[in-house]
Amino acid sequence: MEKPVLIKDGVRIDGRKPDELRPIRMAVGVLHNADGSAYVEQGRTKVIAAIFGPREVHPKHLAFPDRAVIRCRYHMAPFSTTERKSPAPSRREIELSKVIREALEAIIFTELFPRTVIDVFIEVLEADGGTRCAGLTAASLALADAGIPLRDLVAAVAVGKVDGTLVLDLNELEDEYCEADMPLGMAPSLGEVVLFQLNGVLRPDELDEAVKLAKQGIMKIYEMQKETLRRKYSKGLTQAEVS
Amino acid sequence: MSITPSQQVIIPKLKKRSLLELLEKGKRIDGRGSYDYRPVRLYSGVIEKAEGSALARIGKTMALVGVKVGVGVPYPDTPNMGVLAVNAEFVPLASPTFEPGPPDENAVELARVIDRSIRELKVLDLEKLAIIPGEKVYIVWLDIYVLDHDGNLIDACMLASMTALLTSRLPKAVVDEKGSVQLVRDETTDMPVNGKVVIVTLGKIGKHLIVDPCLEEEQVLDSKISIAVSEDSRIAGAQRAGLQSMSEEEVRKAIDIAFEVSRMLLEKVDEASRRPSTLWEALIEDQY
Repeated sequence: MEKPVLIKDGVRIDGRKPDELRPIRMAVGVLHNADGSAYVEQGRTKVIAAIFGPREVHPKHLAFPDRAVIRCRYHMAPFSTTERKSPAPSRREIELSKVIREALEAIIFTELFPRTVIDVFIEVLEADGGTRCAGLTAASLALADAGIPLRDLVAAVAVGKVDGTLVLDLNELEDEYCEADMPLGMAPSLGEVVLFQLNGVLRPDELDEAVKLAKQGIMKIYEMQKETLRRKYSKGLTQAEVS
Repeated sequence: MSITPSQQVIIPKLKKRSLLELLEKGKRIDGRGSYDYRPVRLYSGVIEKAEGSALARIGKTMALVGVKVGVGVPYPDTPNMGVLAVNAEFVPLASPTFEPGPPDENAVELARVIDRSIRELKVLDLEKLAIIPGEKVYIVWLDIYVLDHDGNLIDACMLASMTALLTSRLPKAVVDEKGSVQLVRDETTDMPVNGKVVIVTLGKIGKHLIVDPCLEEEQVLDSKISIAVSEDSRIAGAQRAGLQSMSEEEVRKAIDIAFEVSRMLLEKVDEASRRPSTLWEALIEDQY
């Protein structure tokens, strides 16, 4: 397929403006077995995250005496992509599992749970760009749903350069043909960066702009995460009122 | 190699005894009768990128199936037939007892039982899936993802698989002068599916047969039997599981009950295949 025109007169291929996020929906507590869970939809990208723990570490020699072990698996369902993907972990999934784990290590109060493991499982059910960011966003919501103490939530989004223009929240097509793709994950209240990658080439001034644009998106996603968690608790209250 | 499973959750003998006491009175731990099924909810078309998909919920059990279509070479002994590949992943999200890794014997068994039920009945007409006979055929990947385990995974996965297949679309195959095949994913036709099949699973505790065991019941079952029933009332597959035996009479009784129960499940498949849904609706429905 030859490269399509990705942006014309400030309008992107899906009708969005450069600084517009895709439509986002989030929910927590979607799984019964998991201690915490969250589902995030960003455009057509659909990810689900589950938390198990803190629980015992097996084998025991992997445990730390002073903090919890974090285990993280980022994985894509075979039917999530255009061409069917083998369920065996790919090198990309291995890298992203590490990058996401390290992002979460920065905000979990691991020292509160010595000799335990906190398992974070992220499954991409449909992939249309921005899966690691949606995965990180979902994982932090799921951790909150599990009641695990956090320094802050993490919200993440990717900014890219398409046809010379910086745009927020790349979809798959933009990701495929862009000149640069920069996923950014932050703990917004702390102003700390927990995930930062760049695939492609940007000038330093473009990078500054890209980070500013990403932060705009991150703040909106952060508000949505907080609202999703509020809804979970207020639903409990509403039920009490009704009965 | 298969090894006796270690007890991952310690179920005291007390629990099995109390379950048996309840059953003597015709009741189960969740208040159901012996032959009552939990509420079944089925949603089709939930993964937009997949050629077909469905999510099945039986009580709290949840299974998602995606159908993807590709191009490949046929098996040498069936040069004019397409290929069906069924795989099941018991992802760690679904249960504290599922570890990351390749499918274990339970996942493999489940996938193969479902594969056989579809294949033997020719529910998917593989003969209509040849592109260049002898050289290139359609490959239909049916990937089963267990999302939440509260017992009776086989029935849930079969419901989702059947619904996903029924509502799948077959992309157009374009052959160029060099003989290579490209799929045009936005030009599709119906997947050649004939008939429907569902699986009904029963558990045996003591001398009681119960339909649709939930997880707590599964953990104390003596034996389990799954019967695949087709829309035209034939037995399309059977699988006994568990560490203890069943009598011939119990097997026959289980088959009779499976036939009764299958009607409700076949209707659910029918309903769900007529009404496409979204993953949001399927996951969130009872929440907000």
